[in-house]
Amino acid sequence: MADQVILLDFWPSPFGMRLRIALAEKGIEFEYREEDLRNKSPLLLQMNPIHKKIPVLVHNGKPICESLIAVQYIDEVWNHKSPLLPSDPYQRSQARFWADYVDKKIYDAGRNIWTKKGEEQEAAKKEFIDALKLLEQELGDKTYFGGDKLGFVDVALIPFYTWFKGYETFGNFIVEKECPKFIAWAKRCMQIESVSKSLPDQEKVYEFIVDIRKKIGIE
Amino acid sequence: MSKGDKVVVLDFWASPFCARVKIALEEKGVDHVDNEEDIFGKKSELLLKSNPIHQKVPVLLHNDKPVLESSIIVSYIDHVWSSNSLLPDNAYDLAKATFWADFIDKKVFETGRSIWASNGEEREVGTRDFIEVLKHLEEALGEKKYFGGDAFGYVDIIAIPHSAWFLAYETLGGFKIEDHSPKISAWIKRCLQRDSVKNVLPDPEKVYQFVLHFRKMSGLE
Repeated sequence: MADQVILLDFWPSPFGMRLRIALAEKGIEFEYREEDLRNKSPLLLQMNPIHKKIPVLVHNGKPICESLIAVQYIDEVWNHKSPLLPSDPYQRSQARFWADYVDKKIYDAGRNIWTKKGEEQEAAKKEFIDALKLLEQELGDKTYFGGDKLGFVDVALIPFYTWFKGYETFGNFIVEKECPKFIAWAKRCMQIESVSKSLPDQEKVYEFIVDIRKKIGIE
Repeated sequence: MSKGDKVVVLDFWASPFCARVKIALEEKGVDHVDNEEDIFGKKSELLLKSNPIHQKVPVLLHNDKPVLESSIIVSYIDHVWSSNSLLPDNAYDLAKATFWADFIDKKVFETGRSIWASNGEEREVGTRDFIEVLKHLEEALGEKKYFGGDAFGYVDIIAIPHSAWFLAYETLGGFKIEDHSPKISAWIKRCLQRDSVKNVLPDPEKVYQFVLHFRKMSGLE
């Protein structure tokens, strides 16, 4: 009996991208459904009534919400290849801690870079760079956060790389100058097929940000 | 695990997040030492070294290795001391349990705070939001004895410590949880009959006095 896997998503969402990468790593066929966030589908509202947000993974009719939870689910169910989380409990707790750190820091600081101005923007830039530096430290000499292979933290983090042109242009800084190891890691990830085929172009995301800024009336 | 395990919890008596960790350890019958931290005063060297990024409690030190973030710690405890499982076996139920833990993490303490850390209209809005959050939890519980079914488990451990703060919310917000979410009320009473919960949770009256003291210190009175 073939699995039915549907992903309710929105193409520029870094959270949705996490699931696209995880499914691709596992070689799972799925149906991608683009949501219009101003006009959410009945299926989305039914599958995620509490938060009404994407991404939602629908597996044989049953919803899994919250991107990191869904990535863990994918890792458990399709455990025949490409394990994303370590099996050792301590290492597992470390991976979950860092993914949680990414969730708490990167999106909000990044968002404030392209939505704010002046002092607020400077503060956001500092927060963003500090977070990347901490992540660089955690990465250390490893090829990926997962070690020799792509892991849970890599999957949680790499989608934000698609937003870098936006952050850099509106924040007027170059990430590579501040965090060269981070950029080197990002480029390594982009050479993995499941990552590169799952992520939109930085240019496309940048145009999306330009558009949104106009719509919400930022300069 | 071997009898040589050293388990230390960096703790704060009123914190529901710390209580989660202690309840989980009690459920597993794991001996542990709880170190009370002066979180509003001077945090210990050990805390700052073990959790340099967030500098928060709880921290679990297992043979001196730190595990951080209460939901992650409870999961870790369940994996390491694996008898008497707290988390479900199958992937889908596990995803549901983690979803509700995440919802509780994001919503309960914050909406509770909007009741006790504010006045007037802000507090009214906070009270409405909190009651709404409890309604979602009531739906998730349904007719079950515990969130996971017949057995006390992960989501119950994540949720029950917050009940020690409910007297404060009810008194300041002018409402009774029983009137809005009777099933949750009944579930709280059920959980409080368990030794692990009874022995760990602080007296709600003490928590209420702590909240009043904090309000005075923050100039809210």
